Amino acid sequence: MTTTDPHALTGAYALHALDGREAAAFERHLAGCDACGQEVAEFTATTARLALASTVRTPPAMRDQVLRRVTTVRQTPPGAAPPQRVRRGVRRGGGPVRWALAASVAAAVAFGATAVWQYERAEDARLRAAQTQRQAEALAEVLAAPDARSRSARMAGGAGTLVVSPGRDRAVFVATGMSPPPRGKVYQLWFADGEEMRSAGLMAPGRGSQTVLMRGPVGGASDVGITVEPAGGSKQPTSEPVALLDMPA
Amino acid sequence: MKEPVFIDSRPVVQPDLQRLLHAVALGDQEAFAALYDAVAGSVLGVVRAVLRDRAQSEEVAQEVLVEVWRTAPRYRSELGTAVNWILTLAHRRAVDRVRSVEAAAARDTRAALLEHRTAYDEVSEEVESRLEREQVRRCLRTLTELQRQSVTLAYYRGLTYREVAEALALPLGTVKTRLRDGLVRLRDCLGVTA
Repeated sequence: MTTTDPHALTGAYALHALDGREAAAFERHLAGCDACGQEVAEFTATTARLALASTVRTPPAMRDQVLRRVTTVRQTPPGAAPPQRVRRGVRRGGGPVRWALAASVAAAVAFGATAVWQYERAEDARLRAAQTQRQAEALAEVLAAPDARSRSARMAGGAGTLVVSPGRDRAVFVATGMSPPPRGKVYQLWFADGEEMRSAGLMAPGRGSQTVLMRGPVGGASDVGITVEPAGGSKQPTSEPVALLDMPA
Repeated sequence: MKEPVFIDSRPVVQPDLQRLLHAVALGDQEAFAALYDAVAGSVLGVVRAVLRDRAQSEEVAQEVLVEVWRTAPRYRSELGTAVNWILTLAHRRAVDRVRSVEAAAARDTRAALLEHRTAYDEVSEEVESRLEREQVRRCLRTLTELQRQSVTLAYYRGLTYREVAEALALPLGTVKTRLRDGLVRLRDCLGVTA
């Protein structure tokens, strides 16, 4: 056998005996290798038995500490678990892009996960999950609306697509491969309504590709702008827009 | 009136961890406490087997359990059963710690590595885990010497397969194969399915 045969690494991988780079390379191979996936699953179940065989008594103080700690630890939202498959390239116009997007969002919703990022803080995880679900539905509705129109532009090292449904009076912004904002900054979305700029929410920091349901109604907005703002966002834009998109006609 | 006396107060049927983890994902702290009771001993056990240092093991085990709480909403059954998911995370974190610590400190000598016995001391007296331990020990004995050494150095000491190859003075390819063969034999002996 050769040292480059990735199949042979299932054992080392399940035992966490690969270094970071090798593990990442093996995971790429794993994504397309069902037989490896099955073997890794079995090996992982096997190593769990090695762990069970090491069971010890835990100090009572540890229980108290852990149970106390979790009361102050916020749970991660269920989103972003499945690896994101980013569609590359921007196509002009409406139809196919929009339907492809709607389909991929529908798939994400069916998975119980969504790329929607919410910056409203919900009090409890149950509420948050329900809210995420509702936003995902609203987002999918906009993308699938019969009157939805889209417009794309290159921006910030990647591309952005604005999808607007006049009937639903909502808009969705799809970012693909945008370079991350500077440290401590976020991208903020705006509806430009004459002279007035209305905040339409923040994009999730640290993800170049994401789909955001823009906050609030489209109303009479003529453009959508994206600016770089301090973390947490601003009431009014504090910088020149990195991109400005006309409302798709 | 007398209460019935039970020799062993432990319930015979383990709680449904899958369902508990699902409740934990919805922010249920009571379910988390029940999950803690079911898995904390194994989490601490595997972490201590790898790290050996008592205080550090407790610290890492706590981090793992808090991470279980934090990331429970991301758990999906495609990732394996709840207990496998948790114990895999525990092993991963223990290995991360041992590698970061060992990168800074002097490495153990090869002799010390080979001498190391897995942390079977101070193990729980619970009947179930004693049976589990016996079975795993019996199955480890069905491995060839090289398979057993490779698997235990990787799993219980957190060595990469390159380090295992170095410790046992074997070619890399041989170690990769031994790790895989060893797990195949262990899997079959333990009757593991996934």
